[in-house]
Amino acid sequence: MVKKDVTVDKLKELAKQLRKDIIQTTVWAGSGHVGGAMSAADYLVALYFKYLNINPKDCNKPDRDRFILSKGHSAVGYIPCLSLRGYFEKDKLKTFNHFMSPFGMHPDSLKVPGCDCSTGSLGHGLSIGVGLCLGAKLQKQTYKTVVMLGDGECCEGSVYEAMMAAKHYKLDNLIAIVDRNGLMIDGRTEDVMSLEPFADKWRAFGWNVIEVSDGNDMQQVCDSLDQAWNNDTSLPTAIIAKTVKGKGVSYMEDDVKWHYGAIDSEKAEIAYADIEKL
Amino acid sequence: MAEKKSTTGTTWNCYDANTMSAREIYGRVLREMAKTNDKIVGVTADLEKSTNIGIFGKEFPDRMFNVGIAEQNLFGVAAGLAKSGLIPFASTFAVFACLRGGEQVRTDICYQNLPVKIIATHAGISFGQAGSTHHCTEDLAIMKSFPNMTVIVPADGAETGRAVEACMDIDGPVYIRVGRGFEPPFHHDQNFNFEIGKGEIVHEGSDCTIITCGIGVLQSVIAAKELKNVDGLSVRVINMHTIKPIDKDIIVQAVKETRRIITIEEHNTIGGLGDSVAAVIAESGKGCAFTKIGLQDEFSMVGYPEDLYSHYKLDSNGIAETVREIMGKEFEEDEDWEDEV
Repeated sequence: MVKKDVTVDKLKELAKQLRKDIIQTTVWAGSGHVGGAMSAADYLVALYFKYLNINPKDCNKPDRDRFILSKGHSAVGYIPCLSLRGYFEKDKLKTFNHFMSPFGMHPDSLKVPGCDCSTGSLGHGLSIGVGLCLGAKLQKQTYKTVVMLGDGECCEGSVYEAMMAAKHYKLDNLIAIVDRNGLMIDGRTEDVMSLEPFADKWRAFGWNVIEVSDGNDMQQVCDSLDQAWNNDTSLPTAIIAKTVKGKGVSYMEDDVKWHYGAIDSEKAEIAYADIEKL
Repeated sequence: MAEKKSTTGTTWNCYDANTMSAREIYGRVLREMAKTNDKIVGVTADLEKSTNIGIFGKEFPDRMFNVGIAEQNLFGVAAGLAKSGLIPFASTFAVFACLRGGEQVRTDICYQNLPVKIIATHAGISFGQAGSTHHCTEDLAIMKSFPNMTVIVPADGAETGRAVEACMDIDGPVYIRVGRGFEPPFHHDQNFNFEIGKGEIVHEGSDCTIITCGIGVLQSVIAAKELKNVDGLSVRVINMHTIKPIDKDIIVQAVKETRRIITIEEHNTIGGLGDSVAAVIAESGKGCAFTKIGLQDEFSMVGYPEDLYSHYKLDSNGIAETVREIMGKEFEEDEDWEDEV
């Protein structure tokens, strides 16, 4: 696989643009899961502009790397990212959440160009990723499958079923990225249902674990993805990336209220100004 | 046994329908199909042996994935395998397929219209001694409510074999419901019609029609023969092996010609075959005497299957009794039938 030659600075600029697009899309949509979309934005940009072997002009090319947004409610980050990458015009995002739109709160693979998997119900994506990786190996395909999970999602028991299977079947073609922003709808993950020692859980399940102290720092994001792509173990790789929910917008950062919310034009202007300063 | 040409183009003579369980025939047919179709893979959750998907797995170990006792993962993995371009056959007990892994079946498989073939065994009350935790009298209600899903209940092993072949022609998810043990076969050779979505009249009659599936087919035909000999009644029996899409024409024809309809199913009478038939009758606008036999919104008891079938009136004696009851029922005569149908 040939990673694209894109600089960290360029990726940072693209992440800024994606964050603005997320704000704009949330305004068009009326409301959205904006907090988790902002925390995941840097990984989404790095994957789609540097690491994933994909071609927006050929969505179904058989050897493409697959991406599954297991935290499907971050579609308001994922779908604008697909648009930014060139799968469809940004103008189409104006329909987001509206009647008959292909784009809603959770991504639909039969309607969203470039979307490999419909998601939304938490705890499903990693199992589907396991199936894709098993299928790829059986058919001697070398593509990778990347699954992005939320940390709150890791309360779901099915995540651990999939973790077990990925190690058992030695799925070194599987990369899980956990957007560890520390918040879920009802509060801090450690208050609602404690996940720590979280990275140790993945290690105990036999995964090759990469811990990232700042998953909103593009250099660290790229370093972790380089490491994941160069996985020379026979184990699946998990990137546990500490991020900030609502990253980039002063009034949203690390505030559980911004798991889901509406943005008026005044708030949007503040957000754009904040993002510009990143 | 006569050699037959399957809908998928494979030809074989791999089993004796008179001596094998439906599960065993499933495993053998899948193994034979897999010899000529390398897209077929198997997935199970620690039930390779119990569901007999292991017969395929033994011949093709690289294409058989056992995820352990983890049914949510089972159906998620099946969805992923399908997304990679394969045709997964996923087998577990019916109760776990529709309930423990039900959301994955709905959201991962049906919502994305993926070609996952779910062959669920130990359905209904066929695992008699195991009780309600392992019985499944809700699966038809659940599976038929999922868009894109085709739902099939074969009458016996031979028909299971045909259903397993035919489901390859459906470009989407299919649910095939199989019992546990060696239920006596209805078909004694493979010379019978089987088309998904088409009910079959397996016993002609004009006084009353029994619409049934699964084990009910053989028992209803035995009952129909007895009713003819003892009571002089002419009872039609329809093998409605496809619950969804339901064959509306054969139901309306039966209403028109016999005016008395009984449904027999190894399932809760809420949500299963009976309700599908009732909806077709109601939409036709025609009145008839109508009775649904099955579990009457109750959890099943423990016991040997034959005792349970007898208790729930799913055996030939119980079915004959139900027919005699319905023959005494009144229904509104409709003089304009010919004009409206």
